[in-house]
Parts: sequence; structure tokens; C-alpha cells
Amino acid sequence: MTSATDGAPAFRLELEGITKIYPSVIANEDVSLKVEQGEIHAVLGENGAGKSTLMKMIYGVAKPDAGQMKWEGELVHVENPAHARSLGIGMVFQHFSLFETLNVVENVALALPGNPELAQLAAQITEVSNRYGLPVDPERLVHALSVGERQRVEIIRCLLQNPRLLIMDEPTSVLTPQAVRKLFDTLRQLAAEGCSILYISHKLDEIQELCHVATVLRDGKVTGDCIPSQETPQSMASLMIGKELPVPEHDAPSELREVRLKLNRLSKPSEDPFGTELRNIEFELRSGEILGIAGVSGNGQQELLYALSGEELVSDPDSVVICGHPSGCDMPDRRRRNGMGFVPEERLGRGAVPRMSLTENALLTAHPADMLNHGMIRFDRISAFARNCIDDFNVKCGGEEHAANSLSGGNLQKFIMGREILLAPKLLVVAQPTWGVDVGAAAFIRQRLIDLRDEGTAILVISEELEELFEVSDRIAVIADGRLSPAKQLADTDIDEIGVWMSGMWDQPATAELDAHA
Amino acid sequence: MDTLSAILFATIVAGTPLIIVALGQLIAEKSGVLNLGAEGMMAMGAIAGFAITHHSGSPWLGVLAGMAAGALMSFLFAIVVLTLMGNQVATGLALSILGVGLSAFIGKPYESEILPTIGPIRIPLLADIPIIGDPLFNQQALVYLSWLLFAAIAWFLYRSRPGLVLRALGESPTSAHSIGYPVIRIRYLATLFGGAMAGVGGAFLSVFYTPLWVEGMVAGRGWIAIALVVFATWRPLRVIVGAYLFGGVMVAQLFVQGSGLGVNIPSQFLSALPYLATIIVLVIISRDQNTVRLNAPVSLGQPYRPEA
Repeated sequence: MTSATDGAPAFRLELEGITKIYPSVIANEDVSLKVEQGEIHAVLGENGAGKSTLMKMIYGVAKPDAGQMKWEGELVHVENPAHARSLGIGMVFQHFSLFETLNVVENVALALPGNPELAQLAAQITEVSNRYGLPVDPERLVHALSVGERQRVEIIRCLLQNPRLLIMDEPTSVLTPQAVRKLFDTLRQLAAEGCSILYISHKLDEIQELCHVATVLRDGKVTGDCIPSQETPQSMASLMIGKELPVPEHDAPSELREVRLKLNRLSKPSEDPFGTELRNIEFELRSGEILGIAGVSGNGQQELLYALSGEELVSDPDSVVICGHPSGCDMPDRRRRNGMGFVPEERLGRGAVPRMSLTENALLTAHPADMLNHGMIRFDRISAFARNCIDDFNVKCGGEEHAANSLSGGNLQKFIMGREILLAPKLLVVAQPTWGVDVGAAAFIRQRLIDLRDEGTAILVISEELEELFEVSDRIAVIADGRLSPAKQLADTDIDEIGVWMSGMWDQPATAELDAHA
Repeated sequence: MDTLSAILFATIVAGTPLIIVALGQLIAEKSGVLNLGAEGMMAMGAIAGFAITHHSGSPWLGVLAGMAAGALMSFLFAIVVLTLMGNQVATGLALSILGVGLSAFIGKPYESEILPTIGPIRIPLLADIPIIGDPLFNQQALVYLSWLLFAAIAWFLYRSRPGLVLRALGESPTSAHSIGYPVIRIRYLATLFGGAMAGVGGAFLSVFYTPLWVEGMVAGRGWIAIALVVFATWRPLRVIVGAYLFGGVMVAQLFVQGSGLGVNIPSQFLSALPYLATIIVLVIISRDQNTVRLNAPVSLGQPYRPEA
């Protein structure tokens, strides 16, 4: 490897004519891309446009079928990720490459060369996490971390390797606005120090704010390069999806009707020693409204979701009232029969069984909807239901008999959302409805949530993306350290206020009022 | 040596092959490879060890031969399941049947042979401790080696970086691959180690323990070793506890059978007792779901195909 820093025009990374063909799909076709030193380069594209595949080839996880890659002016064939790292390429994955049964330090150590002393490494992690505003406890086991915290570990792990090219796959989706700003400062600082950054994101405003250059992919091909600061989000979105970006229509809710979900002083110690204890959570959710719950990940969202879905039971049945039924001690199936739909945070494993077909996955929650005949499955109906879901929600897949894990994250999310929405629940609890989903699909999912609300469903959205909550919610509340703030009408609050609340500081009188109200 | 010392002595000897085999399997399983062929690999190790010792007169060459035989068997297994992506359970079962059958075939000429008994190695001073001194410190060399093996494996898994990599790989080969570890190569090494240890365990039986060759002499110990690993929730210390428990009940029931003790229990039941007792106790100590979750290799038994 030669140093190109003193050679005049060498690019840090050049891709020429990269093509990757999978048995059923052309993931990349003749993709060319140039990244300069110290450049923050955005790669934009919808789900399945081939961004992740392209990044995997740069990082050596997959090999291109045609085309060449130049690293600092030299032709290279990246054999594997270790090779990529030795070249100076680091990557933060969208689907995390963390080991759940190991703690944070061990996870970081695994990706570092040599044999770092764990205690010393823990100190380094703490230092980096403070410097970049990525709080994480080095001793915690990864399985006890939320999605957001896991992403922080991934980012920290990369930063510790001092990469010269950092690939970031949707890095900000689970950070608070304040943390995003901190991260951007970090990335700019890294870029100023000469590190190049390949930045994959679906948040167009972020790309505009952060990135110097953008390459847009659609269906595996480059559809254009642009300078984000000279474009509007709309013009970039139309480059990306080939048409104008739909903006969800959001009228004020019509009349509010009966209470569909009521929490009465829900308190629950965490079963996980590292989890968050829920403390006196209460709210009412009525038919025809969307309540958004914001918060930095790891503040009790997971525990609240488990308590709502019935995956963990609480001792007092009256603390969770679903459609009038005291449900605290009911199993998930019972809650669903009472009219609740539920979309968990993890798509694979909790939302869908990875190796089962879409039809079978549809059956898992749709079986009460007349899919059974004396306990026997009516395959005609269930495949029709799955096909309907695929068509209606525009799920890109090989067909309803394909396994859930063959779909990209965004498409699977559309399928899972579709499955729940088509069942027309009285109450829908959704976690991170558009996490890792591209703008087009996200706007679509949000619109469907609003439509469902207009049909009278009560919807609870727990999300770490503030923009999303402000787009869909009628009321918004914040969860911090296991406590829930009062819910505010959307018109009465703004992103800054919610951002402050996310650190747990909502005013005392309002809390008292909420207590009095209950 | 009084009775208690004698029972303790025999317990430790009986538990030793299980420790060696189970620790080897533990390493293989931690990498995500489930090799149900332990019984067959032990049988091959036993006959190879016996034959070489018989011809060369050196028990240590015999142990080496057993190790090589076990490793060779596991290499066959590894080619099928790691390179050709065969089903691990089916291949392991086939390996067991192959090993038991093949060893019987090879062992025909040795049926009537007997090896000279190998004396224990006495560790000065420690062996003079009353009651436990003799059984613990006047033992076969392989007994001491099994303790060293335990210490080495515990250190390897929980203190060394390669051990960390191994644990990580067994949990998520996909993640391990994506951060750059050679999943298949590491699994090969772990599987070979498991096979080599199974071979040593087999050789211990035929060279030190009995010391003679009888068809079917492994007698299910390979299966017990596999069960031990699972019920010990993949933790080395629990493997040791389970193995000595098995050895203890084995010796105790032999003692009861031999002395008569005036009780009328069918000998078949007594013979089954060690297997039963070990599994019951280990099931009870592995009830804790959290321990299982934290220690079980998630990818156990699943083939891994690296993305091309």
C-alpha cells in the first residue's frame, strides 16, 4: 500500500463498473463512485436499491462479480473484512454485527487488532463515548441493550480503529436530535482530519446538512450525483424514488371516542438486571388518535412494550386495560383477541419468524381472522391474505412463499405493518414503525397509520425518531428513566421542548396535574 | 488404602475419560459445531491406542495414536458438515455408528490381548495427606492431564482472545464473518480438537483404565460426554462436577453389586444408575434460563455458509 496523501489527485476510494448479481436479483449494476479524502459522501437510495450490497463489497463481506475497486490509487481486491480494516476501512452495520452474550468491551475487543487489555479498553470506550456523546456502559451485556445503544457500540467500535474511510449505514436513526448534532460534529471533525465518510441515510435533511456529495442509487444503478447543499429534499427524493415524495396528510383527529388503552400506575421492576424499571406510567389512549412516545433508547421503551404486548406480565391486571379488559395478566394471544395489534422493534425473531414464509408469518397473527377451519389451516385464505398484504403495502419480494429473512429490512417492516393493519385492530401498538426504512416507504407507512387512525383505531407509536412522531402523532409524551411525561397536544409543543424532556426534565406542575387527573 | 480412599480413587479414574472427551466437545460446540460422533471417535481412539501400545510397548505412543484417530474421524465429520454443509446431527450419528463398527472390525485380532498395567504417578508430600492424598495425588498421568486440560480450557475460553473469538463465533457466525474472522477455519480447528480429545478419552479407557480391548467397551460414555456438555450449560467447571458425579455413582453401584450389601436390586438398574443420576442432577443445575441463555452457543448445529 502506498501513501497517496502527497500524490496530487488520488481518490481515497474509486469504484468502477461494480456489478453484483444474486440468483434472483441484480443488486448492483455498473456502479461507479469516487470518494475524495476528507469527503463526506452520501449514498442515497430506497430499500433494495443496492446500497447495503455495495457497502458490503467495499468492506469485503461480499465480492463483486465485475468491476474494480481502487483504494488510494491502487487496485485492490478486498478479500475479507479483516483485509478491509487493515486498509483502513471501518463500517457501522445497519444490521448489527454484535454478539449478544458478550459485554460491550468484549464486543469492541473482537474487532480490534492485537490483544487489547480489556480494562484499558473499557476506559478508552468510556472516553470515546463521552467525547462523541454516545453514552454506553462498557460492562453491560449486549443482549440487555436496546437497538439505539447497540448502534452506539457499533459506532464506538469503528471510531476506536481510527479508520481512513468510515462507512455508516443509517447511523442516526436512533439518536436524539442533540446526539445527532454531536455525531455530526464528530463526523465533520473526522472529515477535517482527512477521514473519508460514506454515509448512507434516508434522512434527506441530514444529508443536506452533513454531506458534501451524494450518489443516488435506484434499482442497483446510479441515477445521478449531486451536491446536496444545492438541492432540496424534494429534488433528491425524486432522484431517488423516480417520482415526487408523498407527504402524509394529517388532519386533526375527529371526535375522540372510547378509551382503548389505559395504563393505571403501571410499575414493573425489570426482569433483566440491566433493564429499566417502569415507574407509575399512566395514560389514556382513545379511539381515533395517535399517541407518540419519544425518548432516547434504553429509557424503558422495551420494558413498556413487553408489558403492553403481554410478553411480560404484570402483577396487577388493572394496570393495563386494553379495550375495557383488565389485561395485565393476559397472555399476548388474549390481548390480540381483545382487539390489540402489536408491531415489535425487532422484525426478525419477534415480528416475524426468519425462516418461515410470508404466508406462514401472516398466519401467526392473522389466525383468528377466520383463517382456520376446526383448527386446520385454510391455506387458500391465508395465502390470499399474504398476497393482499404484499400488494397493498407494496412489499418487494419474490412472492408470498419466500422466507421472511429473504426480504430487506424495510420490505419486511412493510409486510409486518401490513399484516397488523389489515387485521383492522381496535388498538395498535407500534415500536419504531419506520426504523431503517427509506423515505418513500416511511412516508407510506406513516400515511397508513394516519388512515388507520381515521378509521377509528387507537394507535400508540413508540419511536426514537422525533420527526416521525411529529409527523404522525396527535399527542406526544416522553419516556425517560422509566417514567412517562404528561402527553402534550402536538400544537402545544415543539422539537426543542421534547428534546429537553428526553433528558427527564419535564415540569413538576404538569406531572402533578396528570396525577390529579388520574 | 481404606474403602473411602479406594472409592474416591476409582471415582476419579472413572470420571477422567468423560472430562477429557466432554471438554473437547465443549470447545467444538462453543464454535457452533455439534458432533454427535463422540462415541465413535472414542471407540476409534480406544482401538488405535490399544493397538499401538500393544505393538510399540509405549502407552504414550498409544495415547498419541488415539488422539490422531479421533482427530481423523472428526476431520471426516468436518469435511461433511463444514465444507459440504451436511446436516450435523445426521452426520454425527453416522460417525458414531461408523466408529463403533470400524473399531470392532479393527479390534478383532486384539480381543484376547491384555496390556501391562500402568502404575500411578505419585506426587511427593501431597500424596501423604490422609484420605484424599492417595486418590488425588497418586494417580494415572492422564488424570493430572485432565486437570491441566480443564485449567487450560477455562483460561482459554474466558481469559484469552482466541477463546473470546470462539465464543463469539458460536453465538453469531454471521457477525463474526462480517468483522473478519475465518468462521469455517476456526470451526475446523475446534472440531479437530474435539475429535482429538475424544480419541484421548478412548485411549485412556483401553490403555490405562481396563487395560484391554473389548468390543463396545466405550459403553455409551461418548453419549454421556455430549449430554454432560449440554447439561453443564457449556461451562467447564460443571463438566468436571458432572463427570466425577458419574464416576462416583458408577463406582458406588459396582461396589453395591459386588458386595451384595444384602439388597435385592436388579443389576441392570444399578448399571443404569450413573447415567440416570448424572442427567437428573445436571438437569436440575441447568434449570436457570439465564445461565443457559448466556452460555449456550446460539448457532449450535447450524451450518454456516459465508456470503460470497
